[in-house]
Amino acid sequence: MNAPAYNFAYLDEQTKRMIRRAILKAIAIPGYQVPFASREMPMPYGWGTGGVQVTAAILGPQDVLKVIDQGSDDTTNAISIRKFFAKTAGVATTTSTEEATVIQTRHRIPEASLHANQVLVYQVPIPEPLRFLEPRETETRRMHALAEYGLMHVKLYEDIARFGHIATAYAYPVKVNARYVMDPSPTPKFDNPKMDNCPALQLFGAGREKRIYAIPPHTKVVSLDFEDHPFEPYRFNAPCALCGAENSYLDEIVTDDKGSRMFVCSDTDYCEGRQAAGHHGALSAAPYKDKAQGKAREKANG
Amino acid sequence: MTTIAELPPGFADKVLSAQSTFRSVMDAMARPGSVQRILPMAGTPETMMRGTAAIALTLFDHDTPLWLDARMAESPGVLKWLKFHSGAPVVQDSSIAAFALISDGAALPPFERFALGTNEYPDRSTTVIIQVESLDRGPGFELRGPGIDGAATLQASIKPVDLFERLRCNETLFPRGIDVVLVADDAVAAIPRTTRVLGKGG
Repeated sequence: MNAPAYNFAYLDEQTKRMIRRAILKAIAIPGYQVPFASREMPMPYGWGTGGVQVTAAILGPQDVLKVIDQGSDDTTNAISIRKFFAKTAGVATTTSTEEATVIQTRHRIPEASLHANQVLVYQVPIPEPLRFLEPRETETRRMHALAEYGLMHVKLYEDIARFGHIATAYAYPVKVNARYVMDPSPTPKFDNPKMDNCPALQLFGAGREKRIYAIPPHTKVVSLDFEDHPFEPYRFNAPCALCGAENSYLDEIVTDDKGSRMFVCSDTDYCEGRQAAGHHGALSAAPYKDKAQGKAREKANG
Repeated sequence: MTTIAELPPGFADKVLSAQSTFRSVMDAMARPGSVQRILPMAGTPETMMRGTAAIALTLFDHDTPLWLDARMAESPGVLKWLKFHSGAPVVQDSSIAAFALISDGAALPPFERFALGTNEYPDRSTTVIIQVESLDRGPGFELRGPGIDGAATLQASIKPVDLFERLRCNETLFPRGIDVVLVADDAVAAIPRTTRVLGKGG
């Protein structure tokens, strides 16, 4: 028996054509969710079936693919999707943000600024920003048609009335090109400003909900807010414990059952790059010293 | 009598050629006014440019009703080639077409005759593919909008000459509208409905 012969990048050509047509319309109407005939993928819903289909439709043999899950290149989801395309498309893969031409992401935008030759593909669980406010698709569709987004402002206002500030911390709604209100997928709102005027093309795929949408490069993306309660990105007030970064998005990691915790960069590539460049944080002392001693030993032996 | 053997061929490598062509069209659509090259080549029936043929093989299939302008519709070679390679149904009613192929820009019908989409489903609109004389020579058009960093200048020799004036209908129609793909031989540029023309240079 021969090994199973998949088409390049797994999807059949008719499916790719259908997805490609949806991508073109999505780019032409920034922020509008284009319905598409999402296929069953060899992974469960919630694992990035939408992003995988978008990636499969755009990926070519010359591309270099990076996949991140919450900023990390090393989690199960990221590794399995990376291996999936290495196997079905034979593309080169990388963990470096700079080298990648296609970056598939689950819920983060890399810290390093993106450039014009890159495409950022988001995995989206629920593409409709109004869904939790209005469950009927017919109604949300009409609200988008009429640009009737008062309900979303009421929701943000209720946050202020209840908590004194806009408490929405992720999937923070944005307005794209002054027209469509869009769900940026559950990225932390820390990442929202990176979507604005981004030099890279941003594509969003929701597999279960069967929607594709896009933000073209250099497009205005504004986080919804109020004059007296302007949008503010949120970040833990600490430097990264491994690389000392003061401006990156941090994960909180509980280190024992006595309440100890450490804050580290969510973007592993960014953090490793900084450590390699000699930056170190409060808790990187031991491995940092080991490395330094190791180098000293090598020098002594050599 | 025509036999299949006389038909110009499709892509030599269907999968990778379609991918490469799509990326050129996607880049063109994402960066309006930028001119992309279509590398993979297929055979072309008469009146169809190399770039148009590649786009047809990449995006058309039985799900995409196709409207052809008179010059293409009257060419049996084009009809046979499209039918054999894409299977896309050719329709007489331009208002239900997913794609329109225009080989003679001077005879471009008014955009209202094409599908403009609805406010609920603005994506259900016709993508109009116009073959033009040149995308590197001719008058300059200053473009602004999503996908453009500041302003972009497209130098093009286009028929109809008032194409960009006609596309002003996109300003009031949005989110409905017409997306245009311009093809000159192997060069492709796109003018999605969000692009605005500011001025016309020399």
